[in-house]
Amino acid sequence: MNTIRTVFIKEITDNFRDRRTLMTALLMGPLFGPILFAFVINLSVKQSLSNESEALDLPVIGQENAPNLVAYLQSSNINIKDGPATRKEAIDAVTNGVHDVVIVIPETFGADLAELTPATVEVITDQANTQAEREARRARRALQAYNQELAAMRLTIRGVSPLVMRPLNIDEVDVSTPSGRSAMLLGMLSYFFIFALLTGGMNLAIDATAGERERGSLEPLLCLPVKRDHLIFGKILAACLFMAISLSLSLTCFFFTLKFMPLVELGMTPNFGPLVVVTAFLLLVPFALVGASLMTMVASFTKSFKEAQTWVSVVLLAPTLPILVVSILMVRSSTALMFVPSLSQHLLLVGLIKNEPINTLHVIVSVGATLLIGAALTWICARLYRREGLLG
Amino acid sequence: MIRVDGLRKSFGEVKAVRGISFAAEDGRITGLLGPNGAGKSTTLRILYTVLKPDSGTAVIDGIDVVGDELAARSRIGTLPHGSGLYPHLTARENIAYYANLYEMPADIIDARVQTVIDQLDINDFADRRTKGFSQGQRTKVSLARSLVHEPQNILLDEPSNGLDVMATRSLRELIRQLKAAGKCVLFSSHVMQEVAALCDDIVIIAEGKVALHDSPDGIRDATGCADLEEAFVKAIHMVEPAE
Repeated sequence: MNTIRTVFIKEITDNFRDRRTLMTALLMGPLFGPILFAFVINLSVKQSLSNESEALDLPVIGQENAPNLVAYLQSSNINIKDGPATRKEAIDAVTNGVHDVVIVIPETFGADLAELTPATVEVITDQANTQAEREARRARRALQAYNQELAAMRLTIRGVSPLVMRPLNIDEVDVSTPSGRSAMLLGMLSYFFIFALLTGGMNLAIDATAGERERGSLEPLLCLPVKRDHLIFGKILAACLFMAISLSLSLTCFFFTLKFMPLVELGMTPNFGPLVVVTAFLLLVPFALVGASLMTMVASFTKSFKEAQTWVSVVLLAPTLPILVVSILMVRSSTALMFVPSLSQHLLLVGLIKNEPINTLHVIVSVGATLLIGAALTWICARLYRREGLLG
Repeated sequence: MIRVDGLRKSFGEVKAVRGISFAAEDGRITGLLGPNGAGKSTTLRILYTVLKPDSGTAVIDGIDVVGDELAARSRIGTLPHGSGLYPHLTARENIAYYANLYEMPADIIDARVQTVIDQLDINDFADRRTKGFSQGQRTKVSLARSLVHEPQNILLDEPSNGLDVMATRSLRELIRQLKAAGKCVLFSSHVMQEVAALCDDIVIIAEGKVALHDSPDGIRDATGCADLEEAFVKAIHMVEPAE
């Protein structure tokens, strides 16, 4: 026990003085996720929100052919502008991105209306351009509404109730809660947190074998009258501590960034208060043992610090796999899935953000299985540390 | 007291050590001398238990290094080839880390660390982080760290590598002090002059075997060469090469 403590304290002191470790563990790892997330969310929220409330500038060719339609569009928050002179120019303008959408009203419009033949209105847009498509949708929606209004008027004139046009009344009942809707968005958070956790201990895990070997400090260390198992336990525990620090920083950082995100405007109230932060930490932190031992194991096969970094970076991606598979297959949380580390943490975190009641059995299985797998990996590391080949 | 008997070790096809036997007594300096790749480091590595012999025995103060490696390791202080320090720790912290790992009583660690710092004359840089230390400074700190628990047996693998004249002189001085204190000092080298200047006993190793084991004078007699370097060259040709 003394050996483990001595090694643990030494690794902590050593790494707190190492700028590289501090940068990755306490700055990059924790901040990368939340900042990226906040940036992306802010951008997309701003786009979808501002467009709906702002008036749409809509170039219309042939305004004189349909004064009523133009008046109707203007009343539905659309600024009618003079567009290009001809239809051909309009197509060029949309192709080149000068205009997102242009409406063309042919000269025959009035005559067609009077004769009760469907009157053509062209909406020129580039459907491959998402921004343009969003504006085109608004224009189309307005035209659709004008269409229905005209139809209803025609029926009323003929003494028929416009309701005959609506045999069905489709009514959707959305049972999602605001926190549930947030979970869709915040579901990918778990990976950011696991990423932060892993980067926190990365340098320590590499240092334990590849780093010590490269520096030449491993051989004298192994000549000491201490059990190699205890050396490796001390090192893995130190990596776990750094991972826990990194995770808690990441959670805290996200707690604050979330306050600056316009999620409420999207109808989401993320369930991410201080209590959730603490619970999330407790649910995620057992994964540190798996991460630390897995990285140490991978690093012990490599010859140099550089090579170890390459391989250990692969470990950073490993936890995404189960999360990805489950997100694609839309699997619901179940006790069996709680045996899979990283996946169980992800599912528990999503449930937590959705504000669902915590399933005690799931938590016990997740924590138990994760710690057990972590212990098994640690044991393998200890075995690897006993090899003669360790010194290279 | 170190006794090695019939030691063999192969790495795959390469037979690094092919039956080495010798003894290194307390209060004497024993030199393992041999060309590069002769099996000196492998022999030392078996002695400080990071390698296991294929056959043969190695005994330190009566303790078998294979049977009871922890007890054997507590009897030795080692300076492996190319020993490294922790660059973010000071020299003193590097030494104290080992003192803690030797599980020395907490109340004597500070005093003991200061003693070896004085002994190796490294007070000037004892409280600086070891990053950027010269080879001489690093070797001294590594030595201090391996002597902090006052081991009876001291194993040094090419300790003078990369040292300048002054550092080499102070290293020799230290080795003589250890001898005077009744320690068993075993060190490897490929430099004849160094071994000649220090050693009471010389074990010449070539091709994984002992070519000669004698005092410097004994080696001169055995080879019929007055010059030790000539004697060394003659001795290593006495071993039949590995197939």
